[in-house]
This record gives sequence, C-alpha cells and structure tokens, in this order.
Amino acid sequence: MTIETSRNDLLKVAMPKGRIYKQASKLFREAGLPIPSDFDDTRKLIIELPEAGMSFIMAKPVDVPTYVEYGVADIGVVGKDVLMEENRDVYELLDLGIAKCRMSVIALPDWKPVINPRVATKYPNVASQYFREQGQQVEVIKLNGSIELAPMIGLADRIVDMVETGQTLRENGLVEMESIFGITSRLIANRVSYRMKNEAIQSLCDKLQQTIGAKAGV
Amino acid sequence: MSKPKVFEKPIGVKDYLPHAGAKLRQIERQALACMQSWGYEQIITPTMEYYDTVGVASSTSDEKLFKLLNKRGTTLVLRSDMTAPIARVVASLLKGAEFPLRLSYHANVFRAIEEEAGREAEFFQTGVELVGDPSPEADAEVVALAIASLKAAGVDRFKIAIGHVGFLNGLFQETLHGLTDAQDGLKSCLLSRDHVGYRERLKSLQLSEPVQRELEGILRLRGGQEICDQALQVSRDATAQASIQHLCEMWDVLKAYGVSEYVLIDLTMIGDFSYYTGMTFEGYAADLGFPVVSGGRYDNLIQQFGRPAPATGFALKTTRILELIGDDAESGTERVLIGYDASGRAKALAEAQRLRSEGTIVVTEKMSIAETDQTAQLAADQQSWTHKGTVYTAFVPFVQQGGA
Repeated sequence: MTIETSRNDLLKVAMPKGRIYKQASKLFREAGLPIPSDFDDTRKLIIELPEAGMSFIMAKPVDVPTYVEYGVADIGVVGKDVLMEENRDVYELLDLGIAKCRMSVIALPDWKPVINPRVATKYPNVASQYFREQGQQVEVIKLNGSIELAPMIGLADRIVDMVETGQTLRENGLVEMESIFGITSRLIANRVSYRMKNEAIQSLCDKLQQTIGAKAGV
Repeated sequence: MSKPKVFEKPIGVKDYLPHAGAKLRQIERQALACMQSWGYEQIITPTMEYYDTVGVASSTSDEKLFKLLNKRGTTLVLRSDMTAPIARVVASLLKGAEFPLRLSYHANVFRAIEEEAGREAEFFQTGVELVGDPSPEADAEVVALAIASLKAAGVDRFKIAIGHVGFLNGLFQETLHGLTDAQDGLKSCLLSRDHVGYRERLKSLQLSEPVQRELEGILRLRGGQEICDQALQVSRDATAQASIQHLCEMWDVLKAYGVSEYVLIDLTMIGDFSYYTGMTFEGYAADLGFPVVSGGRYDNLIQQFGRPAPATGFALKTTRILELIGDDAESGTERVLIGYDASGRAKALAEAQRLRSEGTIVVTEKMSIAETDQTAQLAADQQSWTHKGTVYTAFVPFVQQGGA
C-alpha cells in the first residue's frame, strides 16, 4: 500500500462533545489507544493526538455524520438516534455498545387517541417514518429541547424522544408507550476514507471490537 | 417560496467562471483524448428523453429523476446518466452495427435532489460503454481505461475497489436457500453500508455457527489477489464460483496492464442489484469525500430497448475531479495585447490574425498614443503585467508614432 502513505496520515475522527465523549474515549483507552480522558479544560475544536495516529474534531453530536459524509472527518462516533435521523451516506462499521438508551413514544398516562394527533420531537424524520409505518398520519412538530413539556402544556399529545433511565419522564408524570428502537453509539466511516485509509480504520475497528467483545463476554 | 432574488439560481446547479471553466474543459479534453486513444468514439445524445423509455430503464431511482411534461402531457426526463440513452441508441440507430462497440461521452446529467449543499442537481460525467463483450477481458479493459483516464485528468492518488454482484447472490442462495426476505434484508444492509445492521440481522436469523461465521467473514473480504483465493473457499455455489473466477481473470488482465497496484477487491461492495449484473467498481481519490468514478457490468439494460447485449462501462465524475485539482490559474500561457489607433488598424488586425493562427492568444484594443506609450512602458519592465484586469505577456503597438 504505497499510494496512501504520505501526508495526512492522521486519522481524522469526529468526536461528539459531551456525554458520549467520556464513554467513547474510555473505550478507546481500553482498546489501548493513548487518548486523554477529558478535554473539558480546553476549548480547542481540533486536537492532534499523534501518538494515537489520530486527530480529534470535537463536534456537536448531530453534526458528526455530516462531517463524515463530506469526508472532512474520516471516521466518527455517533449515536444511532442521530444516524437514523440524519440518514447520511456513511459506513456504519461497529456498534460500540456505549451510551445505551432507546427511542420511545411518550405520553401522559391517560392518553387516548385524538382526532388530530400531534407529535413533538427533536427527531422529525424518525417520528414521521415510525408513525407512517404504523399506519398513522400525525403532525410532527420539531422542538429543540425540553420535549417533555409538549404533552404537559398541550402542544402535542405524544412525543418521540430518547429515554435513558426514565427519570425525567417519571418526574414529569409521563409514561413510555412503546419503544421504537434501541440506541447505542456507532463507529462510522466516510466512503472514500474507508478505502483510502483502510488499514488504519480496520486496525482501529479490530482493537475496538476486541475490547467490546471482551466486555460483553464478562 | 418567496420570489428569488436576482443573484439566486436553483439549488444544486453551478456557474463555472473562466478559470474553472477552462480547467473543466481541460479535464474533459484530456479524459476524452485518453478514451479516444483506446478506440472509444464519442457520442452525443439529447438532454431530454422519454420517462417511459430511458427514464424507467436508467439506474436512477424514480424520485431522483428530473421530470417534466411536454405539450401533449407526455412525461419527459432530463437524462440522469448517459448509459440508458446510449443503450437506446445501440438498440435503435446502431442496430446494425457490429459488436463490440466502443463509445465514449461527456455530458451534463441531472438529478432531482434534496435541498442540501454539496449534492448537485446538474453535473458532468465523462465515460465509456463497451457493448457486446461479456468477457473478463472487457471488464478489465474498462477498469484499466478508468485508471488511465483518471491519470490523464490529473488525479494521481486514487484506488479502485472492485466487487461482483454474483458472489453475494450465489453465497446467499447457497446459505440462505429460500429465505428471500432474509437475503434481501442482508443485501439492503450492505447496500446502505450498514455493517452493524448486517451483523444484527445475521444474528437474528439464528444460523448454524459456521454459516454465521462465514457470512460475517465476508465483511472482511477486502484486499488484493489473495481475496480471490479466499473467496473461492467460501462458497461452492456455482454462481459465486463463476463470479470469483471472473474477478480472478480480471485481476490477471489488470496485472498485465500494470495497474493492479491501484485495484483492490471488495466483495461487500455492491451496486444496485436490479441494474448491475456482474462486476461493479468505484474509484476513490485521496482528499475527496466522494467517489470520483463508478461503473460496472449491466447485461440486462440494452435488451429493454430490444437488442439483447452484454455491456460494461464507467463514468468519471468530472465535476468532482475539478474540485480535487482546483482551478489554479494556468501559468505560462502567452497573451498578447495589440494597441492601435485608426492609422495602424489594418496592420494591427492583420498581425493579430497572424499570431492567432500560430495559436497565440491576442486581444486588440483601440488606444490613444498616450495610452500606448504608458502600456509599452509597463510592459517593458515586467515579464507579465495587468491591463484592465487581465494579465498579458507582451504588448505590440500599431500607432502613427511608434508604429511598426
């Protein structure tokens, strides 16, 4: 493989800032990669990690698939929820098994079918597709946060959102009606990088898979 | 939507300003010249076709076709690729032509797209079709020509991944016999590049341990010639074996062409199953997020137009190659400015014509004597200088005083 080994040898990794980052970097470390546990003290957006052969692009989680699809990042770590919503043309290589939660339909406990159903969500594509598959026509309202408010104040009769422990739901008197799909973080790759930097990506994949497999085995 | 502002154009289409335009033409010229030197002759077909013929036959999904109605209410499409129009021509106007036919093209093609930057509604493709030859030799010729064309167009760091739809078809037929849904599910996972989904589906099928391991193993069937040997062990299905045999023979030919270093085999790479019938390939350039070339064998297409014929080909994404190479200003081109007044006009224009016939770029301009003096001074000091926003390399005045 002589053609690919010149400049740009660092693998560009789009990492989601925040919650998932800690778990992902821990997994990377367990796989033997020299990655610091936290960049909280720095506001740098691009962090070079030459010892690990990588350069991290610290991105907002929903933007990770976009960076990877356009090839400005070779690979990325992103939740299945974002992948389903964004529907980008990328390789989904590995289930990292971290940041486990689920996408669910949520409502007040006394929910009854209404004539003009409205569903509030941060995931309009996921919600539309799900209700379509269920044979229901609903109006989808896109919100950017505090989705739980919607049924409480009457903006929507149901919401579609990520549920981790269910704590927020219980505190606000909401119930999970059905689960749409399970969510974990995934390792994704750009179509071109997957070929041009195949060796680096495959070796990372193997290391991670071993670590994940060992954990699952315990 | 509100009325467009005057500077706006529809989303997904592009203007090419002089430098970019010249570069695009250059890439196109070099690629076409390369194809011509391999005996492929250029063909031009109309921008519009009938939806029911070319539209339906093309590999582009229905919602991505750009449709319009003519006065009679018949649905037309703006061509979404050149392969289907060429298939129409091969089966009609060229019905009597003997096989193999070697055709090349350069054309703009259209896609109805989501409104998102980076996805183009109109773009250029330069490509070839080799019609009437089913052999591995023909497939290898097309891949080797794709490599030569990329090089000719100025792309130097790239890789070509080759797969074969027959391998997966055969393997699934053998291991999941009769389970059509399971087969389709697995294929659609591979088509959408979802390896996680593929593994999950496999698990849910509860296959025997060796079969499970074998089907999961194909995700790793990527690499050089050794992959052919490995794959031959994987499946004993006749279709799968024949497909791998075909790839092995292609590999030998590509080695003889001296281009096997650019090629890797990836048996999970599958094109659209309803369209491609044999080997498929995609080319990737370093530093560009999207493939620069794609192609494959489509033996069922031309018979839809009434003349059964095997065919194989590829299309370079010329516009993406432009992004890669950039439109840096060409250097070293000579550009002569001729300044003249009324008395020198006839001589000036004659000289301009003489220089142009020699291939030099010449711009003529009527000037006052003062202006010519000024320009001459400017020109004398430097190799190239700027006059009214354009760079020139030489100045020739034809005026009464300084006249030639």
